[in-house]
Amino acid sequence: MISVRGITKRFGTYPALHGIDLDIQPGEFIALLGPSGSGKTTLLRIIAGLEFQDGGEVLFNGEDVSSLRVAERHVGFVFQHYALFRHMTVAENVAFGLSVRKGKARVSKAAMRARAEELLRLVQLEGLGARYPAQLSGGQRQRVALARALAIEPKLLLLDEPFGALDAKVRKDLRRWLRDLHKAMGLTSIFVTHDQEEALELADRVVVMDQGRIEQIGTPDEIYMNPQTPFVSHFVGETNRIASSSGEIHFRPHDIELGLDGSHAVLVDNVFRKGGVWRVEGLLEGSGQFVELDIDTALEQPGLGETIRFHPHRARIFNADGAQTQRERHQGEKP
Amino acid sequence: MTRNATTEGRLTRVLLIGLALLFLGFFLLLPLVAVFSEALKAGIGPLLDAIHTPDALAAIRLTLFIAAISVPLNMVFGLAASWAITKFQFPGKALLITLIDLPFSVSPVVSGLIFVLLFGANGLFGAWLAEHDLKIIFAVPGIVLATVFITFPFVARELIPLMMEQGKDDEEAAISLGASGWQTFWHVTLPNIRWALLYGVLLCNARAMGEFGAVSVVSGHIRGETNTMPLHVEILYNEYDFVGAFAVASLLALLALVTLVAKSVLEWRFDLHAGARH
Repeated sequence: MISVRGITKRFGTYPALHGIDLDIQPGEFIALLGPSGSGKTTLLRIIAGLEFQDGGEVLFNGEDVSSLRVAERHVGFVFQHYALFRHMTVAENVAFGLSVRKGKARVSKAAMRARAEELLRLVQLEGLGARYPAQLSGGQRQRVALARALAIEPKLLLLDEPFGALDAKVRKDLRRWLRDLHKAMGLTSIFVTHDQEEALELADRVVVMDQGRIEQIGTPDEIYMNPQTPFVSHFVGETNRIASSSGEIHFRPHDIELGLDGSHAVLVDNVFRKGGVWRVEGLLEGSGQFVELDIDTALEQPGLGETIRFHPHRARIFNADGAQTQRERHQGEKP
Repeated sequence: MTRNATTEGRLTRVLLIGLALLFLGFFLLLPLVAVFSEALKAGIGPLLDAIHTPDALAAIRLTLFIAAISVPLNMVFGLAASWAITKFQFPGKALLITLIDLPFSVSPVVSGLIFVLLFGANGLFGAWLAEHDLKIIFAVPGIVLATVFITFPFVARELIPLMMEQGKDDEEAAISLGASGWQTFWHVTLPNIRWALLYGVLLCNARAMGEFGAVSVVSGHIRGETNTMPLHVEILYNEYDFVGAFAVASLLALLALVTLVAKSVLEWRFDLHAGARH
């Protein structure tokens, strides 16, 4: 089990993390999700031992590793831009962790080659061992970086924005592949991402961070369905936020019911097809606040200038302090 | 020829290129040709004879000796400074970067005078040095000091931008895979910067062998002892020994040409390498 206790970190006068607590179970796949500047990468690097915290401790199976350097923590780290050694072949890259071992831990050349081949097979890059990183595609480089990190048989795998530098199609394929690999290997893994879709799709649990604090920890379903703070509600998934006398009402574009007795009316400004629904954009009548609604394409496409009455059937209300005052309202209730 | 927004008209192009070539020919090519033609005026025999005098040979030996000391010193210094500047945060970093450029912005004569003021007979350490019978000014150590000072920006200036661009991801990756600091430097950092390092060393070497001003101040111009090649050229020239002067000068010019070729080859390799990144 990996435990993080009260981690604080400053860069100069800039506070990067304010007291982070987190427990990670063996074999879990954890996403650290947040916008840039939320401290997610700093937290990952502190867990790795690439950065050191100002306060608090990092425990691996109850043992305080706070003062251990990265190599002594036996973690595999995959860098955002892969950090492959460009003057080494793919096989040399993968075997690097073995080739730098000294004394009793030394590995024979043949064993290193065999291990590199085995890992390249695992990441489906068999036969590419003699190439140089520059000769590979982005997705292939990513997998080399992963194989290289796995070569040292880490207890924990850490990935910094693993798909950040890839184009959309490759990203999707690689995402599915990484999820399968994680299932097959069962290695405790933590990855950093600013892409909520990625976090929700891959992770067993998502840790949502903002401004150096953890906003919420939960399964992807909990995070999406029951965001606890205005930030999570807004950051994860699409959310309409409208001000009302009881606080800020948050609801998803699809969590609405249409009806003439609806509590809100929107003046349609723009309509387009968004996959299986009509996405309607417009301003609320009365307050003039911007909202987005999803309407079944079985219904006729709404016209511009039309007024649509609706009622959010699943909404959250947050008061000025960010506390949630109400979770759900049902049809017929007035806000 | 494809047209694009930044392509000028034909006349402008011809004018610009012509002007550049004219300048190049007049200020660079012509002097180079003049050096070699003057040196070879009386044929190859007198040229070789002129180089073969004991004083000329001593000057060549001294120049090589000075370069052999100052270039490795500045290679180590350049590496250490670039490493410190690009991989760590520390107070005074901006000052260090500025100081590295100092030899470029100070007149070489001033650089030489600094050492005279420090180590000369009336200098700050002059009395102490005389007491211990150590000679720095008007001796080889002074020339080495002046040359090291003059040439120390070259390596660092080449390495700092490259190492800044490369960041420290590669080093962190190596360390996370269990490499020691030394292994990381040797197997990861050095291969990443090897072409830029060689390039810097090359420029450093060319300057170390060619430096005149600073060396002239501290050398004392003692024939056969503290005369480097550039100083020797000047002496011969002042004595109206034109063949001799231009013979030694042609050696220096040859060094420049070799440096240029080596630099081009390195740039080509460097580009190849840089292009292959990411």
